[in-house]
Amino acid sequence: MNRTKIAKPLEARKASPLVVSLSAVLLGIVAGCIFILCIGKNPFAGFERILFGALSNTRRIGNTLSMSTQLILIGLSVAFAFKTGLFNIGASGQMLMGGITGSILAYYLPLDMPRIIYLPIIIIASMLVGSLWGFISGFLKAKFNVHEVVSTIMLNWIAYWICYDFIPRFIIDPTISVKSKPIETVHTLRADWLTDLTGFSTLNYGFFVAIIMCFVVWFILQKTTLGFNLKAVGSNRFCAEYAGIKVNRSIMISMAIAGALASLAGLTYYCGYSNIMEMGKMPNEGYDGIAVALLGNCSPVGIFFSAIFFGILKMGRGSLAATGIPTEIADTIIATIIYFTATNVILASFWNSIFHRSFTGKEEAVIAYLKAKNDTTPIEKLSKEQFKAYAKEGKALLKNAKKEVE
Amino acid sequence: MLGIRKEFPGIVANDDITLQVEEGEIHAVLGENGAGKSTLMSILFGLYHADKGIIKVRGREVNIKSPNDAFDLGIGMVHQHFQLVHNFTVAENIIMGKEGGFVYDIKKASRKIKEISERYGLAIEPDMVIENISVGMQQRVEILKMLYRDADILIFDEPTAVLTPQEIDELMQIMRSLVAEGKSIILITHKLDEIKAVANRCTIIRRGKLIDVVDVASTSVAEMAAAMVGRPVSFKVDKKPAKIGKPVLEIKNLSVMNSKKVLGVKNFSLTVRGGEIVGIAGVDGNGQTELIEAVTGLRKCESGSILFNGKEITDADIATRNEMGMGHIPEDRQKRGLILKESLAANMVIKKFAKAPFSHHCILDYPEIREYSARIIDKFDVRSGEGVDSLAGKLSGGNQQKAIIGREITADPDLLIAVQPTRGLDVGAIEFIHKQLVEERDKGKAVLLISFELDEIFNLSDRIAVVSGGELIDIVETSSTDEHEVGLMMAGIRRG
Amino acid sequence: MEFWNVVTSIIPSAIAYTVPILMGALGGLYSERSGVTNLCIEGLMLFGVFSAAATIVKLQAIPGFSFTLAIVIGIAVAMVASMLLSLLHAFAAINLKANQVISGTAINMLSTAVSLFLAQTITGSGNITIVRAIVRQNVPVLSRIPVIGTLFFSSTYWTTWICLLLWALSWFLLYKTSFGLRLRACGEHPSAVASAGVNVHKMRYIGVMASGLLSGLGGACILVTYAGEYNAGSGINGLGFLAIAALIFGQWKPLGILGSTFFFGLCMTIANMGKVFPIFQSIPTGYLGMFPYVATLIALIFSSRRSSAPLATGEPF
Repeated sequence: MNRTKIAKPLEARKASPLVVSLSAVLLGIVAGCIFILCIGKNPFAGFERILFGALSNTRRIGNTLSMSTQLILIGLSVAFAFKTGLFNIGASGQMLMGGITGSILAYYLPLDMPRIIYLPIIIIASMLVGSLWGFISGFLKAKFNVHEVVSTIMLNWIAYWICYDFIPRFIIDPTISVKSKPIETVHTLRADWLTDLTGFSTLNYGFFVAIIMCFVVWFILQKTTLGFNLKAVGSNRFCAEYAGIKVNRSIMISMAIAGALASLAGLTYYCGYSNIMEMGKMPNEGYDGIAVALLGNCSPVGIFFSAIFFGILKMGRGSLAATGIPTEIADTIIATIIYFTATNVILASFWNSIFHRSFTGKEEAVIAYLKAKNDTTPIEKLSKEQFKAYAKEGKALLKNAKKEVE
Repeated sequence: MLGIRKEFPGIVANDDITLQVEEGEIHAVLGENGAGKSTLMSILFGLYHADKGIIKVRGREVNIKSPNDAFDLGIGMVHQHFQLVHNFTVAENIIMGKEGGFVYDIKKASRKIKEISERYGLAIEPDMVIENISVGMQQRVEILKMLYRDADILIFDEPTAVLTPQEIDELMQIMRSLVAEGKSIILITHKLDEIKAVANRCTIIRRGKLIDVVDVASTSVAEMAAAMVGRPVSFKVDKKPAKIGKPVLEIKNLSVMNSKKVLGVKNFSLTVRGGEIVGIAGVDGNGQTELIEAVTGLRKCESGSILFNGKEITDADIATRNEMGMGHIPEDRQKRGLILKESLAANMVIKKFAKAPFSHHCILDYPEIREYSARIIDKFDVRSGEGVDSLAGKLSGGNQQKAIIGREITADPDLLIAVQPTRGLDVGAIEFIHKQLVEERDKGKAVLLISFELDEIFNLSDRIAVVSGGELIDIVETSSTDEHEVGLMMAGIRRG
Repeated sequence: MEFWNVVTSIIPSAIAYTVPILMGALGGLYSERSGVTNLCIEGLMLFGVFSAAATIVKLQAIPGFSFTLAIVIGIAVAMVASMLLSLLHAFAAINLKANQVISGTAINMLSTAVSLFLAQTITGSGNITIVRAIVRQNVPVLSRIPVIGTLFFSSTYWTTWICLLLWALSWFLLYKTSFGLRLRACGEHPSAVASAGVNVHKMRYIGVMASGLLSGLGGACILVTYAGEYNAGSGINGLGFLAIAALIFGQWKPLGILGSTFFFGLCMTIANMGKVFPIFQSIPTGYLGMFPYVATLIALIFSSRRSSAPLATGEPF
């Protein structure tokens, strides 16, 4: 039996990104279970509470989708930059900038303004400010070779201190001096019909904006010359440069779009999910978005589902208190999942070796079957269906042969 | 080395190869690129492990697990790509791994290095920093590294690729003196004249299999070539006389900075006309990279001007130059030439995707892109698993290069710049690519060829421009010169 | 004399802020010189703060247990704990050839989440406050030297001197020993090191583990000197990233990072103590707070262009 002769078309399956992502999720949950066991609690009770907290009634489901809204948008932001070879970990700062822009406008724009005019204004304004914030990192990278990871972190803290200054200066709630005055509901992204439908949850128009953005990002990356351009820079900037693509301009455009997406997340967070901003608080969701993007393999569909998954973890953990398990278990699981997506090589090779083993098993069976039938068709000429059917028959043959030997 | 076999996923790199080297001889290992020479040597040097077969040194069977084991057995290797740290001194590079103590004595080591250097006539200064010394001297540092470790079996992996003909002669001299001192040398190469000049015996391998072991003195170059390739070959390219057209590329007094912010190209002038191939001869690192990057727009010019079809393009961006009809086969096909993670289809339109018919109003037209790409890969015989949808990275080196050449030629450029177009390819691919370049010339296009292989320059070029130290030494008609004269010019010596 | 008073109160506190950043940057130096990009200094330092805090709180709660000994043990635990965490990064970067930026980010998040998770189970709240930190002391004899004595040898922490000693030792190790020669070569041209018979993976493991040890020490220093508590909310305010910026600004050289971390320490002092000094009182808190980060960005603009980063950093071998 000479296995090296098998030609290309029939070969063992390769581990798909979905399989790898699901394995990472599984490992993350296993790690979470181990942590819970370490502190002497029952992991199943913990996960039951998480699911209960996230999905047990329409209000909770609404809140989970509302939390996922931010995660979808940040996931898209991180993924978009990643396609251009940039690592945007400045989503937190971009969120703050989008949030503060929206909050200030909500405070000062007249309440009787029609929503059809008001909503586009705050959406566009916060996207503009966010894209400027992203653009700064892109500009520093393109012109001065400043590593975008370091610069976005610095910009996160600068945004943090800007909000620290702007909240008391422009939108403070005089009764609670560390928070902004709550935004009137007509000036948030919330809609009465959504609120009613979901039993007074925080679900808002942002969710639809996020879904639209999934389409927009997919369309830009897959169908347009701009997407082609940005992906070329991300996959091989030297080749892109050689081909006449303006690499520096692409880096700046990509970071600006990533910033705009993250600032939209900030808008939905502070003017939809919540209606106040607190001084001295850095939103953690910026980092969770990295996990969303990586777990979703940077594809808009993947991001949508992984954001829902993380939304469940983040909303559901609130119900953990009764079990005595610290709510941070959710963050631990998220961090573990990112570690395993970063080391996806090990997961992929694990699955590949399993697929390979099952394939060579089938191959042996097919060869045995062909031999038994005196069929001289070379194995590489078989169609997929034939291969499958013959493998089944061949396996039975081999089994019988084994029995006879015994 | 007896019956060595080594498999990599998908290919058998070495299949039952036996190599016997006698003490005090220069033993050549001859084979095409990809024949398995380097794999065999890496096994001997402990970088890979053989799947089958045994290695005997001085009659004793040994197990070489790492370069350290090889050093202990007195085996040393001069690598094709120098294994030197660019910002360390010569002495630091030589002693690394054998520093002689946790807190080492660099002065004592330098003295020993000087001593060895003088014994073999290597002329090495231990305190110089690697990035400031010439390529020839870097190679001698590599040799000294082996001698410092008392190696007596020395492996030279393609040692002449980066040297001028005169430096090659010096190297041959060094090799002879090493053998005279009782060392044994294994010379890995695909250049026949070098074997003829220096080796005693020659082991020929092809596609991972041992073909023959011959006595060099009694075997002709043609016989060895035929054994290497598996069929009689002529390295000569048939060319019609050139029909010279009007100037296409005019470079006038061009100066360009290199990455170290000093002038890499100095006051360089050259005209390339339609219907001719101009070859630039020179040792790697003498300004060719900077020159080509300046012409293609990848690098800024310091002074001087570049005219293309009579139009000034000195400050034009790359896209403009592409549109004006400049084709460029880049030196590093995997770094610059292709996006390995993208499909062939995407790679074939990488320069043109933003224009009709491949996109309309910023929306890509995939059917058009695929059809265009399919035409290229069909015409240029690019073999790939899944046609236009194959990832560029999955193709063999030869097919990657054919794809690039197909892309550039299909764009119908007035000027085709080919940098090292056949590096690392087998004879079949080399012949194909040479034929394509000559066809372009016969169509009346201008071709600018940069190669570090003097044979290639002589075979293809109508005129040869010789560079050294970033300066144009001279431009000569190919028919009125020879390798010796060009070699002298490559070393910076001007004619009479 | 007004000015002199400001200087004498700023410098000792600037040194206190410098030391943790210096240790983080020095850790980064080991890792990046060996060829592994290390963006998880922040997480490693934070884990140092947490594990030192948890250890010291437990030990100081034992009646009669020496406070100083508790601090010493706490620092040692922090170093070991951060080193163990750094092994995760080393494994991903070296053995699995993973994307080092993502792996570093994962470690940062893991550190935040795990330390907070454990802090919750230990104290029930996100914060751990130690009973007593290190007392500032004058160095005998040297503190009496005019000017210099007042600035550098008065009211110092003993940890500062240990850290400076480690810095000097690192310089010696990197430039005078065979270990340093090999480590530096691994970051520039790993295959040259391999062909000289040295195990590149081993050297890179040592580099990353050294960054864990030193970052853990840096984190512990934050705790036992000026902070006195592990605070889940603010973490360490991006100090680990300042350390990376200092590494770039200092051009991957020990002397360079000493200078650049002192610059950042000075910025942090102005940000945190600005309100104390009359000259800064008119500036709003927000702008004082962002000062170090803006200064860092500006410093990076000037130093990133002519970057002399080790050539092979971030490239798997």
